[in-house]
Amino acid sequence: MNAIHSCFKAQIGEVVLPGDVFQFDVSSVEEDSNIKSEKIVCGPGLRRNGDEILVYKSGILRHKQPSMYWIDSQQKRYVPVKGESVIGIVTAKSGDIFKVDVGGSEQASLSYLAFEGATKRNRPNVQVGDLVYAQFIIANKDMEPELVCIDSCGRANGMGVFGAGGFLFKVSLGLVRRLLAPQSEMVKDLEKIFPFEMVVGLNGRVWVKAKSVQQTLIIANLLESCENMTAQQRRALFKRVAEGAL
Amino acid sequence: MELDINSPVLREFGSEQSLLSKPDGSATFMQGDTSVMVGVYGPAEVKVNKEIYDRATLEVLIQPKSGMPSVRERTREQCVRETCEAALLSTLHPRSSLTLVLQVVHDDGSLLACCLNAACMVLMDAGLPMSRLFCGVTCAIDAEGQIITDPTAQQEKESRALLTFAIDSKEHNVMMSSTKGSFSMKEMQQCIAVSQKASERIFQFYRDSVKRRYSKIL
Repeated sequence: MNAIHSCFKAQIGEVVLPGDVFQFDVSSVEEDSNIKSEKIVCGPGLRRNGDEILVYKSGILRHKQPSMYWIDSQQKRYVPVKGESVIGIVTAKSGDIFKVDVGGSEQASLSYLAFEGATKRNRPNVQVGDLVYAQFIIANKDMEPELVCIDSCGRANGMGVFGAGGFLFKVSLGLVRRLLAPQSEMVKDLEKIFPFEMVVGLNGRVWVKAKSVQQTLIIANLLESCENMTAQQRRALFKRVAEGAL
Repeated sequence: MELDINSPVLREFGSEQSLLSKPDGSATFMQGDTSVMVGVYGPAEVKVNKEIYDRATLEVLIQPKSGMPSVRERTREQCVRETCEAALLSTLHPRSSLTLVLQVVHDDGSLLACCLNAACMVLMDAGLPMSRLFCGVTCAIDAEGQIITDPTAQQEKESRALLTFAIDSKEHNVMMSSTKGSFSMKEMQQCIAVSQKASERIFQFYRDSVKRRYSKIL
């Protein structure tokens, strides 16, 4: 473990660029035959090439115990990943599938049977232009991505078609991940201003709804401005809004 | 002026990333008075006739400062495209399109090198998978046989030969070369050595600018 971790350690939390290489000293492991084989997980931005690990994206190197490493980058374009929840826009209805735009390179398909309580007789009420919150069940580079609005037990579990009202806007994928992080300070600070509903898709789309249109827009503008602010600047801005004209 | 291979003279450079809201990645790169702005779109949907089944289709468009793109822009586009293709891991996004749009803001010499640097910057900004970075360096050989790195438009006009190289960040190999005028084998080798030396400074600059960009969320 230490042999592998030591080559990453100096760089954790630092900016890395494509082409950077992490090498570990293999010889020390081979000599000592009673070391058990260790696994490390390379997340987005890292790939293995023989004895070394290559960086292929620019961003910040992150680490999670015991042995997960990935690159945290601020990009705008979404690439579907299996299991991620996203906000999609229904663009077409053809036979028994809906085509959904998720912001990736290809439209995803969504079966009409993949909703809670849907049967061949009882079709879900989905129109072109509707928003859906759904999860990827198939997502790889060689196949058309496929969405479902149910979990493995057949329950909606928060997924499905959005109700009327609310406001949808796009932010960077980095900001979305910061919003979804457990105990996100940003969301906690925002909740103090006034109550609102929020849906965050990992594809960079955020949907918010508050009591009035004005409040919805304030929340949306605040979230958009969080993109390029330090925690201090954000707190100062939120405080001003909370005390301000409202 | 005597040529010192170990510290080639480069004009001041500057850059900015993520400055446009619509594209998936954007950057500007300035070398002296030469300035290029780039936007990249992708991986996006691709037209059926341009689809490649095992990798992404890369398209590079260079818009001149005024007027329509001509043959000169076409050759530059090809140079930039082939360099980007060599650095990008396009097999990770098959059947999709990547479009790079470069707008020349001002041309004061070393334009192709500036385009290459801007292109690398924008690919990093968009978070596209790359196996290595690259940079462009232009060398001019004047009438007395002296090598000038990063020449201005005036210096380019007075030069006997003009060589532009794309250098990769891993082994500092030449990825692409574009030359004009006559020069000897030895002069070319010298120019490559100078460019490799100059590339280190540019790569360091890339690192510093990316660090600056991520400084707020570190």
